[in-house]
Amino acid sequence: MIRDITVGQYYPSESTIHDLDPRFKIIASFIYMISIFAVESIIGYGVVTLFIVFLIKMSKIPIKYILKGLKPIMLIIIFAFVINVFFTPGKVIFEYRIIKVTSEGLYRGFFMAIRLVFLIIGTSLLTLTTSPLKLTDGIEKLLNPFKKIGLPAHELAMMMTISLRFIPTLLEETDKIMKAQMARGADFESGSIVNRAKGLIPLLVPLFISAFQRADDLAMAMEARCYRGGDNRTQLKVLKYTRKDLIGSFVLILYVASLFAFKMVW
Amino acid sequence: MIKTDKLNFEYDDGSFKLENIDINIDDGEFVVIIGHNGSGKSTLAKLFNGIYLPNSGKIYVNKMDTSDEELIWEIRKSAGMIFQNPDNQIVATIVEDDVAFGPENLAIERSEIRNRVDKSLKTVGMFDYINKPTTSLSGGQKQRVAIAGILAMQPKCIILDEPTAMLDPVGRKDVMRTIHKLNKEEKITIVHITHFMNEAVDADRIIVMDQGKKIMEGTPKEIFSRVKDVRNLGLDVPQVTLLAHMLKDEGINIDDDIIKIDEMVEKLCQLK
Repeated sequence: MIRDITVGQYYPSESTIHDLDPRFKIIASFIYMISIFAVESIIGYGVVTLFIVFLIKMSKIPIKYILKGLKPIMLIIIFAFVINVFFTPGKVIFEYRIIKVTSEGLYRGFFMAIRLVFLIIGTSLLTLTTSPLKLTDGIEKLLNPFKKIGLPAHELAMMMTISLRFIPTLLEETDKIMKAQMARGADFESGSIVNRAKGLIPLLVPLFISAFQRADDLAMAMEARCYRGGDNRTQLKVLKYTRKDLIGSFVLILYVASLFAFKMVW
Repeated sequence: MIKTDKLNFEYDDGSFKLENIDINIDDGEFVVIIGHNGSGKSTLAKLFNGIYLPNSGKIYVNKMDTSDEELIWEIRKSAGMIFQNPDNQIVATIVEDDVAFGPENLAIERSEIRNRVDKSLKTVGMFDYINKPTTSLSGGQKQRVAIAGILAMQPKCIILDEPTAMLDPVGRKDVMRTIHKLNKEEKITIVHITHFMNEAVDADRIIVMDQGKKIMEGTPKEIFSRVKDVRNLGLDVPQVTLLAHMLKDEGINIDDDIIKIDEMVEKLCQLK
């Protein structure tokens, strides 16, 4: 299950999409998200589909890999669909006892499901093509203007970097503790949900203790390397807009413009 | 390079203290501080770096007083520190980003950071891994990356707090080779804290700690030839030294200050 989640994972590859500036990609993702919810016609979704398929092709990430990321949220999509189908008032086209299906409901349910699918594909494309470091760097730079009103942009980015850095370490540790407990007869896999949840306590306690220990060590190591916050700090890797980003902006404008055009005509 | 003057230190909860420590470490020296668990050797390292401050007495790093708050960053810049757990001192996900962390904090210019990162990674022999994720490295490799990270800050002195304790024998050898190289080629003062005796054999000087006190100090030969004293402290002496000692006890005419295997071979061959 955990391995199926592609949102938030990075897929290293060499493509134009990978090379784009993370700041541009984050902004573009927002515009894309707004566009999915603004579109209301089949033709409009045709344009969105063309656009996203084009991006996936450009990113050189196998479509299968991206679709795999939809699996864990399939339940939510189905749920959203069903709720919309059954509970939207309107012209009834099918009725069985208390269950009523309206044409408006079908229409809305279908669009809701499509929107969620496009949303997930779009956001996972962002994280799949942007390394965690670039992503946090991009977020930091985009949040910089808000520093004036007291938003700790650098600290937020540093926290994200460190948590990303420690995810594999802590996963490894969890595995180790689990095996150590299992070797002494702990059972994580059978019994009722309550029992299984109780079984997690001997796993979580040592994990938390070691996580705090690690945090303490890391803080000391960072201080020993003269870390004192984001002020007066230089960076090895600096984000730069390139020609690719310019071309990307044109593609994005073209996409938004065509959505508007179709809306006018229809 | 590092000088302590009647240093006293006690933890807030009173669990442990260091008493009257006088240590003087010269520029370019390779000093090993040895002692078993709870002897105060790691506490001493953290005092050298200004992480802890002494209750009384003074510590001077490169002639700067560690209790002077304004000098703390200068002190940490000139005396870099490597910790025991390789996982808990790596900040970034990619090797070169981690090495760049120190110089970035010192607000060094970008092109210069690039030079320093490349140079330090070459020095520790990790240049081939420059773009690898830090989690894919072995313990010894992580520790060498950590050393490169300190090196990129161009310190005069590196303090290593049991850097080999969590490594396998291969990683341990690589790390030891690296720090000896830094001492010889880059003329960096090394303070190496360990409880492995064989890592102390090549040092210029050994300081033995026990229960918060400095109890012995001298060249490896001077220390290890006092086999009984060392063993009474719960510490080991190198195997060859022990062998030489036992041979001597059996009435064989051999020096009992042998600490290296080659030396032993030579001395044994000279016997009639």
